[in-house]
Amino acid sequence: MAQLLNDPAEAVPDALRGMAACHPDLHVDLENRVVRRAGGPRPGKVGLVSGGGSGHEPLHAGFVGHGMLDAACCGAVFTSPVPDQVLAATKAVDSGAGVLHVVKNYTGDVLNFRMAAEEADEEDVRVETVLVDDDVAVTDSTWTAGRRGTGATLFVEKVVGAAAEEGLELAELAALGREVVSRSRSFGVALTACTTPGSDRPGFDLAAGEMEVGIGIHGEPGRERVPLAPAREVARTSVTAIADDMPLDGEVLLMVNGMGGTPLLELYVLAADVRAAVEERGGRVVRALVGNYVTSLEMQGSMVSVCRLDERLTRWWDAPVQTPALRWGR
Amino acid sequence: MSAVGGTALDADAARAWVRRFAELVQESAVELTDLDRPIGDSDHGVNLRRGAVAVLAALDGPDAPATAADVLRAAGTTLVSTVGGASGPLYGTALRRVGKALVGVDAAGGPELARALRAGVDAVVRLGGAEVGDATMVDALLPAVEALEREVAAGTALPEAVGAAVRAAQEGAESTDALVARKGRASYLGERSAGHRDPGAVSSVLLLRALADALGGPA
Repeated sequence: MAQLLNDPAEAVPDALRGMAACHPDLHVDLENRVVRRAGGPRPGKVGLVSGGGSGHEPLHAGFVGHGMLDAACCGAVFTSPVPDQVLAATKAVDSGAGVLHVVKNYTGDVLNFRMAAEEADEEDVRVETVLVDDDVAVTDSTWTAGRRGTGATLFVEKVVGAAAEEGLELAELAALGREVVSRSRSFGVALTACTTPGSDRPGFDLAAGEMEVGIGIHGEPGRERVPLAPAREVARTSVTAIADDMPLDGEVLLMVNGMGGTPLLELYVLAADVRAAVEERGGRVVRALVGNYVTSLEMQGSMVSVCRLDERLTRWWDAPVQTPALRWGR
Repeated sequence: MSAVGGTALDADAARAWVRRFAELVQESAVELTDLDRPIGDSDHGVNLRRGAVAVLAALDGPDAPATAADVLRAAGTTLVSTVGGASGPLYGTALRRVGKALVGVDAAGGPELARALRAGVDAVVRLGGAEVGDATMVDALLPAVEALEREVAAGTALPEAVGAAVRAAQEGAESTDALVARKGRASYLGERSAGHRDPGAVSSVLLLRALADALGGPA
């Protein structure tokens, strides 16, 4: 696996230097590995902080900017950030209106964000947390660490980010974030494993002609391994897994997300089949996003995420956003 | 018997414990990461090694902690601040709780040490929510502290009592081979997680082995 790096051990800070070099509307705190909006918190606005392991780019730092996050904490590759980072980000974006943490449901992320929230509380910064657990591949939540947070993280950050710009209060934003989570589901497949920077081999072995079904986003293996199938079958498998868990009637937002190594051409092939499968189930796709947004380094594969919209959610989805990775409106 | 401690955990022995744990983690980093590859995300050794390097640095320098309690609390805080993932908060909190339980104790004998380790393991259980049988570090840590309590209650000398704890931890780690993981990253594999030794349980054995080495007990 060829990698375009200078020093594998410095991959994360070197990438952050790149963000600083190319996005003058962002402030990159290299010491804490926190990316935030340049120009400090806007008075009265609730701060929105997320973060997680690196390797999922553009998640999360690519979603910092107007209409989305106020700050993102970048952990080591596939490793949650530490409490110090989250606390630094939280304090930096608090205008007095409190801070909302958007946390993907992985044990490490949950523990580190919880410790940071407790420390913030001791420093009189109000913190609420939205836990994203949209991955339907985890079927038996009683006997696992629970459903993982995956593609719906982007939905939460976009919708809640827009609502925060409009001046909603901390408790309202937390409730809104939880509502978006409850209306969202995701399902992913991998055609290849991924290789962390500096590692000499991929995280798991996947033979050509095989695919791993029900993956998370940290390069971990999924639920089962099956022969590689055409896009329309991957679409049907993904949409069936989602629809078995949440009815797909009504208007939906669809994301056909690449895991990092699948070209847009293939994602659009899949998107046509996914849309058809959703509409077969009675869903109407009124908004769609296709691209590599929540990734696992160079993994080939896809993740289908669906959010059931209503008028408010559609309006906040459509609201202007100015970040490195999502940019529309105004 | 080594020259250090032997019958009690004082500040020097606490430093030796933490140093030895950091050494063992660095020696075992590749093995820990390889164990994490089939069932996790291939980074357990890498993450703990980053913490070990930081812990060694924190033990030296002008602000180096002076008591056993402070040594362990500083090591725990450093792990929380540098490791990330689940293992940073879990190991870090464990050591901080052990340290907290030793505040005011110059040299912890068997009963004090058993109480302190119990406090550390209880914190891991509370924070992570895992029980024995879930294929996590708790499968090594809980039997170890139970063995230590048993041996101390029976009047066994400290190095031998800690030796029994190491053996219990090792057996606990080996027991995860057959288990289906129910907590942490490996739990997403369901039945496929069976047949693999839990990397967190293996690194937990290192923590106990380091304590035994620091107290100079039989291996």
